[in-house]
Amino acid sequence: MSAQELDDTIEAATDRPILEIQGLKKYFAIRNVWKRRIGWLKAVDGVSISVQRGEIIGVVGESGCGKSTLGKALMGIHQPTGGKIVFEGNDITHLKPNQSRELRSQLQYSYQDPGASLDPRWKIRRSLHEPLIIHADLVHEERDQRVHDILKAVGLPEGHLDLYPHEISGGQQRRVGLARILTLQPSLIILDEPTSGLDVSVQATIINLFLDLHRTFKLTYLFISHDLSVVRMICNRIAVMYLGKIVEIGDTKNIFKNPRHPYTQSLLAAVPEIGGRKITDDFWLEGEPPNPGNLPSGCRFRTRCEKAQPQCAEIDPPLRRDWPGQEVACPLAE
Amino acid sequence: MTTKFLDVRDLEVSFATDQGIARVLDKVNFSIGPGEIVGLVGESGCGKTTLARTILGVLPENSARISNGVINFDGEDLLQKSSEELSANIRGRVITFIPQDPFTSFNPVFTIGTQIMELMRWKSPRRDDPQYVNSLGKILNIYPRARYKADYQQVLEQLREVQLPEPEAVLAKYPHEVSGGQRQRLMIAMALLPDPKLIIADEPTTALDVTIQAQILKLLRQLARDRNVAILFTTHDLGTTYEICDRVTVMYAGQEMEAALVDGFFNRPSHPYTKRLLESLPNQEHGIEGIPGDIPSLINAPPGCRFHQRCDYATGECSVSRAASTEIGTDHMVRCYHPVSRPKTQTEAAS
Repeated sequence: MSAQELDDTIEAATDRPILEIQGLKKYFAIRNVWKRRIGWLKAVDGVSISVQRGEIIGVVGESGCGKSTLGKALMGIHQPTGGKIVFEGNDITHLKPNQSRELRSQLQYSYQDPGASLDPRWKIRRSLHEPLIIHADLVHEERDQRVHDILKAVGLPEGHLDLYPHEISGGQQRRVGLARILTLQPSLIILDEPTSGLDVSVQATIINLFLDLHRTFKLTYLFISHDLSVVRMICNRIAVMYLGKIVEIGDTKNIFKNPRHPYTQSLLAAVPEIGGRKITDDFWLEGEPPNPGNLPSGCRFRTRCEKAQPQCAEIDPPLRRDWPGQEVACPLAE
Repeated sequence: MTTKFLDVRDLEVSFATDQGIARVLDKVNFSIGPGEIVGLVGESGCGKTTLARTILGVLPENSARISNGVINFDGEDLLQKSSEELSANIRGRVITFIPQDPFTSFNPVFTIGTQIMELMRWKSPRRDDPQYVNSLGKILNIYPRARYKADYQQVLEQLREVQLPEPEAVLAKYPHEVSGGQRQRLMIAMALLPDPKLIIADEPTTALDVTIQAQILKLLRQLARDRNVAILFTTHDLGTTYEICDRVTVMYAGQEMEAALVDGFFNRPSHPYTKRLLESLPNQEHGIEGIPGDIPSLINAPPGCRFHQRCDYATGECSVSRAASTEIGTDHMVRCYHPVSRPKTQTEAAS
């Protein structure tokens, strides 16, 4: 799908964001041997994103930056410590399990390897029927019809319904995993590292599948990934996270053309680009992210930042909206 | 390619499985010049790890069989050597290894220092130096004190060279106390300590984040240049290949398809498989396309070129025999009856 078509899809949608995250926090307690709390691990610390209907928003960052915790907090897998999640106009921050069941069909989470979440002792048919039995009030024939339609949409032959997961390839398992999510006709899907560990040729077909499904079913994706080249290709907007905070958020084009936060700059510089300059010549970022259980004061990136000033240790910079379509959490950004 | 320092010819390796014999390497040719960084690229299951392990001589003894071929290393055939000779003089001394996963490669119950000094005890470049050998120590199998001191100094120096802060403190730590990037730096240091001529790096950056990967690649390239060590770099990531390698060999289902200098490889891919592989990379200019079909099973694999079932250019002869290696440009070999002639690539279109 071209960028133009994507823009059209978004424009056609309503103005109200499908998902609104406001100052979401998820802290994990760090406990000593006697189970006494000795500190907090701030995995997600005040994240605000509003997701428009029909868009593909990327959440990128290195391991330990809290991007998966964010996805899981949205799904209610982790109870948020603070903040608010509004989905389709309803506050879903603290739902009880029975209340959230209805929601589940609208908001779906796809694990890193959806194929691995298939029951090895169930035929594909049964795995695909299961979500419909739980959530939808359909007779067997209607369910069968729905399953066939979805199977066709993800590009699998009908004969696969009577196979076991181990009889099909890894790429096909991922397709079944996706089909399983799609049978409930969700409006928003959280994709957690959906292409990691795939060979490039398989990755390419999976990406094309995501884009096809996005168009066919008018889906909204929250795309969690560490692979910037994939994110660049499919996302409209991206949010860059570092140690639980968003350091930069904006349109993909702007961020890739003009990254303003020093962390975004170094993250983009670290991606090998075939035919471009070699990172081995001029990569400057040193060291590794500090321990998230013991964060530096002020800006979290200052310990590795080459532009760091003394005042960076004092205030934790909020996101600045000084540029159209781009917000940056750095007072020194220009 | 004037000098070949490592030269693998017609190597055939099979594995016995319950379903039959899988020929994992099918008459593979591969070479590295002195001080060169060569990327061995391919998707999972293409045999790159098996090739690396065959060179190291660490194939599983009861299931793997080397049925054909030579591995010439510095003028000697490694396949003719006994396993004692390999482990005493070759493996860990002139050929060392950097594993993919720095997390599982250390023993968690010993300090890093203990483990590095254990390596130095057996593989130190001073091991056969008469200055440090004492006959009683040799009989009693004791690590000579004088050599220990010299080795320890070398370790500290090496850790500084791989930019680990406070090397003494690191040596006293346990593996879980250092981060993934630091563990990979330690692995690189350990691979360099015996003063090798060839390092086999098996996907050394796959488990790391991009910024750490960039640091490690930079370090590895710089050290290889300084020490004039050749590196065999296996990876499935074409981006890192572009960053670090001088030459690239592409493998598919146990056969080598194309070998070229990095520039020729990315700008003028000639094998249909290479072309499709490069087209499946995410990019901005045009849509991406995967390769239809699946990798054939290596058990009773199709004869001829193993890519022919998925290839757009395949003709009858492709399913009968493999094309001989043809030189189509400077240092650019391709094994295909129908090499693609100068396709326009992403980089050319951009420039």
